[in-house]
Amino acid sequence: MAKWIEGNGQYKDVVVSTRIRIARNLDNYRFPHKMSVEESERLTQEILDVMKNIPSDVSYKFYKINALTLTDRIAYIEEHLISPGLIQKPDHSSFLLRDDEKATIMINEEDHLRIQVLLPGLNFEEGWNGINQIDDFLEGYLEYAYDDRFGYLTACPTNVGTGLRVSAMVHIPCLSMIGHVDDMIRGFNKIGLTVRGIYGEGTEAAGDLYQISNQVTLGEDEEEIIRKLKNVIYQIINKERYVRDDLLKKKRYEIEDKIFRSYGLLKYARKISSKEAMKHLSNVRLGKEMGIIKDMEFKQIESLMIEIQPGSIQRIFKRELDDNERDIMRAKHIREKI
Amino acid sequence: MLCEICKKNQATVHYTKIINGKIEELNVCEECAANSGEFSFDNPFSFHKLWTGLIEGFHDNKQKQSVDNLTCSFCGLDYSQFRKTGKFGCSKCYEVFEDQLVPLFKGIHGHDKHEGKVPIRANKKVANERKIEKLKVRLNELVQKEAFEEAAKVRDQIRELEKSLGDNRE
Repeated sequence: MAKWIEGNGQYKDVVVSTRIRIARNLDNYRFPHKMSVEESERLTQEILDVMKNIPSDVSYKFYKINALTLTDRIAYIEEHLISPGLIQKPDHSSFLLRDDEKATIMINEEDHLRIQVLLPGLNFEEGWNGINQIDDFLEGYLEYAYDDRFGYLTACPTNVGTGLRVSAMVHIPCLSMIGHVDDMIRGFNKIGLTVRGIYGEGTEAAGDLYQISNQVTLGEDEEEIIRKLKNVIYQIINKERYVRDDLLKKKRYEIEDKIFRSYGLLKYARKISSKEAMKHLSNVRLGKEMGIIKDMEFKQIESLMIEIQPGSIQRIFKRELDDNERDIMRAKHIREKI
Repeated sequence: MLCEICKKNQATVHYTKIINGKIEELNVCEECAANSGEFSFDNPFSFHKLWTGLIEGFHDNKQKQSVDNLTCSFCGLDYSQFRKTGKFGCSKCYEVFEDQLVPLFKGIHGHDKHEGKVPIRANKKVANERKIEKLKVRLNELVQKEAFEEAAKVRDQIRELEKSLGDNRE
């Protein structure tokens, strides 16, 4: 199970996770896309040296991308511990993962440093405090690229300023059932927010999960950015809950039928694709959210949503599996967990 | 690493494909990448297309030429490359391209000035200046509301901060 799922968070009936990341760069190095391997190694070493000063009650493990198998790289992305961008240039990139898996320091993604904190449920305050602490610690030793006017300098102009991307992953099956998601996405775009798929930029939505995040990083301070996003997430929570109640009142049997069919299918299927599994896990999660399914925990469902993905399922069975084998082993794994 | 298709050129495009759960890794040169048709470089709404449209609107042809020659001495990136890729080569590029960046940032963010966190070590002064600015706005609001007692407290805070700035300068 991905460790970060452990722990309490608010509004778990709608919000799966909160993710906060900041982009930071160092002066005196070129940005990662312009770097030689030698330069990237020098920078990595500088950061590792700084990490030796970290307080003794926290510890991080260091991973080099080119030392990981392709399956492991994909599995870390599926667990949301690293971003897809980090594995694009394996010889340049690495990451430090905190033991509770709630914090990752990515080295040489698009920027020299991408620091992320990932928490279950809605939890912006703890997330921001966590990020801030790591940032303050690193800043004590590193020469950050910072400008009075433009703020933290980043490789891409879309991150300049705070370098902050705050996002919440929401599960909104009922808003999607009544066809409100497209309107929602259009509305958010107008107020400087974006909606992405489950692995971030350019990825598809699956299992009625959407990642909502700020777009603007310059001209608004961190608290403001967080406040704005939080207000929007509250609105989504209220709307999704309202539609759920309404559907339960008007179509109880249809909803229960849908949920228990999915539950039964997952419990007995002998072969299942990841797409089909996501769809039914989403229905089962809805069952849990509505109080219809009582013998499963949120963290169990969330872990399954990760474990059934192609990289993770191969990691669980400790070998490479082709399409067909994967569908069989996926079904087996789900049966064992439900 | 050599291109896996032509086995001649250096592989510069590294590509991980996940289709229907199947993971495939490709390392190819730009030419083979373009020929393979696997890559949708021509997506009309790709970031780069939108980007080029955004940034090109700012200059007429004559200006464009002189701006394009701006080159960062630290990383070697010139403005025409920046225009194409949408990425800075290093933090020094921000100084070199500074004049061009204000309209660009306004286009992307609607703002051109950082309002957030200031590195503690790098600049206590800026943090205080920004705090003073915010307190002055607050002071005005309070005066308008005729909340004079509260306003006096804010005024004292401002004086305190201004004094500490003055001390630093000496």
